[in-house]
Amino acid sequence: MGIMKILIAFILLWPLAGFLFNGLGRNYWSKKVIAYKATGYIVASFIASIFAFMYVQDHGAVTVHYFDFINTASIKIPFDFKVDALSALFLLVITGVGSLIHLYSSAYMKEEAAPHYARYFSYLNLFIFSMLVLVLGDNYVVMFIGWEGVGLCSYLLIGYWFTNGNYNYAAKKAFIMNRIGDLGFLLAIFWIIVKLGSVNYSEVLTADSLAKLSSADITGITLLLFVGAMGKSAQIPLFTWLPDAMAGPTPVSALIHAATMVTAGIYMITRSNLLFSHSELTQHVIAIIGISTALLAATIAIKQNDIKKVLAYSTVSQLGYMFLGLGVGAYSGAVFHVITHAFFKALLFLGAGSVIHAMHHEQDIRKMGGLKSKLPITHITFLIGCIAIAGVPPFSGFFSKDEILAAAFAKSPIYWVLGVIGAAMTAFYMFRLYTTTFLGKFRGTADQENHLHESPLAMTLPLILLAIASALAGAIGIPEIMGGHHWLSHQLIPIVGEPIELGLSHSLEWTLMAVSVGIALVALLWAIAIYKKKTDEAPNTVVGNFFYHKWRIDELYNEAIVYPLNRFAGFLKNTIEKHVIDGAVNGAGKLIQYSARKVRLTQNGQVGYYILFMVTGIIVLFLLWFNDVPIFIFFNKLTQN
Amino acid sequence: MSIQYYIFFCLTLYSIGVVGVLTRRNAIIVFMCIELMLNAVNLLLVAFSKMFNGMSMQNGAVSMAGIDAQIFVFFIMVVAAAEVSIGLAIIVMMYRNTHSIDVNFLNRLKN
Repeated sequence: MGIMKILIAFILLWPLAGFLFNGLGRNYWSKKVIAYKATGYIVASFIASIFAFMYVQDHGAVTVHYFDFINTASIKIPFDFKVDALSALFLLVITGVGSLIHLYSSAYMKEEAAPHYARYFSYLNLFIFSMLVLVLGDNYVVMFIGWEGVGLCSYLLIGYWFTNGNYNYAAKKAFIMNRIGDLGFLLAIFWIIVKLGSVNYSEVLTADSLAKLSSADITGITLLLFVGAMGKSAQIPLFTWLPDAMAGPTPVSALIHAATMVTAGIYMITRSNLLFSHSELTQHVIAIIGISTALLAATIAIKQNDIKKVLAYSTVSQLGYMFLGLGVGAYSGAVFHVITHAFFKALLFLGAGSVIHAMHHEQDIRKMGGLKSKLPITHITFLIGCIAIAGVPPFSGFFSKDEILAAAFAKSPIYWVLGVIGAAMTAFYMFRLYTTTFLGKFRGTADQENHLHESPLAMTLPLILLAIASALAGAIGIPEIMGGHHWLSHQLIPIVGEPIELGLSHSLEWTLMAVSVGIALVALLWAIAIYKKKTDEAPNTVVGNFFYHKWRIDELYNEAIVYPLNRFAGFLKNTIEKHVIDGAVNGAGKLIQYSARKVRLTQNGQVGYYILFMVTGIIVLFLLWFNDVPIFIFFNKLTQN
Repeated sequence: MSIQYYIFFCLTLYSIGVVGVLTRRNAIIVFMCIELMLNAVNLLLVAFSKMFNGMSMQNGAVSMAGIDAQIFVFFIMVVAAAEVSIGLAIIVMMYRNTHSIDVNFLNRLKN
């Protein structure tokens, strides 16, 4: 208990120290010092997380209390942290992938000036800190603090190159979209407080509190929580910020917008699974939104030409799968996919970063090609990432995706069919990306070709480690039909309960697996066959154009929400503000000035007038007095008291 | 005689005084009007004093009720006499300096 208190403080305070160190000292330290410190702090946090994880393995969940955040008669919100199997897993992923990405960043951001370099790392450290607060918090309020913190860091890092107006726009878009979701989360917290008078997981997520909530309450709370998850985890209708968030540096996209922050919504729902399992409606909503997002984003990803945009839409799509898993009750499957996705998507983003680095900030895949021989390590690792995400056994993506799909089939075969279609599209666009980038002939300028180079060790080492993780992470969740033990779902029993019995026969499960893998393989080979020969030209079909323009959802939002809001704001600014409010304020001033000019005339220096006014005043007072005017009665009472 | 007569008479006298002060420019007449107001008040004091005394006498006792008002009257008369002497002195000095006793002429002092 005591040792955990120190250990958790260690895990949290190292990144915070890094933030303060680099943030305050950005003008003093050299880049080398900055990179060593920033990375070292996260590695220290990672090591502490390993110890915490082992402690939880031996002793079960631990809650440590630091102080009371809010303590009133009606509600008490302690500043508690909790390490259990779920948060320990997230701790390892966040600090583990985080360390690798810090290491990678130290080389990737080398061209930046020292103060900006320090600013970058301080934001990154602050992000890790906030994310750790999010997953460690023992109540919804502490989680919300971390939730807002990661949103802030995401905003800061997307707008890291703040001299570019478009990047600032993207940052603001991300922040505002997240804000919409956060409002839902906040309302859910208020609702919980009103109904249960507590926000601690140990008090909210119990059978007792379920008895106190009506089914309408549970549905309302869970839907609002899901709105929060929608914003953070980029689901329909709040997903458009994530592709734009690629304006940030590539390691940021890898860490925040693929591996960790965007999975916060999944974490939150898994944490609150007791509530979610008791609302049929919410589960359906989540599953439908999840699978729709997965398919929508996959169709867009097929037509994108920016290497990071493809990966961004792929992330949105994979998040959709995770929500599908949550919606069909496969909580451990969703968490499994979060973990494997963190590895292979971070790997893919970092690989893309390595390519962009080699290509001197060229992101258009039509100008790449043939990088296989020039960037051997990047090529191999990227290929592993692609195979993993495409769901080819025995790489990790296969196991997690299959678990979700099996659970989806048990709920409704329609989900499964749609999921398999999505998986096929995933395989297709990933290998379109791989083929156009690494195979064929180089299509860039001769100058770029001469400068092509493999990235330094600081960048390739994380790639290699993540590639190993992507390949092998499936081992933590080998399903029982394959003779595995499914370590992960056993780990999560205290949080999400026993895995649901799917009621599928073994032969059926094998068939489903074979079908989804077969379709994915066909899509994969088809993509290689198509794009090996031709480069992707501008889309020429109506549907292709529609996908290329991202279903025109940004335009739709602009027309339906942004434009009317701007018009309304313009109306308020030009009409209400100018005429009504300014009119009232200026009118009051003018009235005073005018009446003062008139009243001033009475002060003319003629004593007779003064006396006349005095006498008139006295007479008026007497008249009022003798007529019992209310104001005098009031004054009388006042003086008597 | 009913007290109302006295009240209306004093009110009339007082009003004449006020109007005189307000409208006349001759310092001496203004001065006289002030005296008029003072005397209107004096007269009223005496009238009320007498009324109260009479009401107390009806109860059979030899009463001093209301007598104190008449003492005020004497005070006022004394003060008025002192004030008259000063006021007239001011008017004399005013005439010597300006060869006029128009009160409005004095407003040049205001700056």
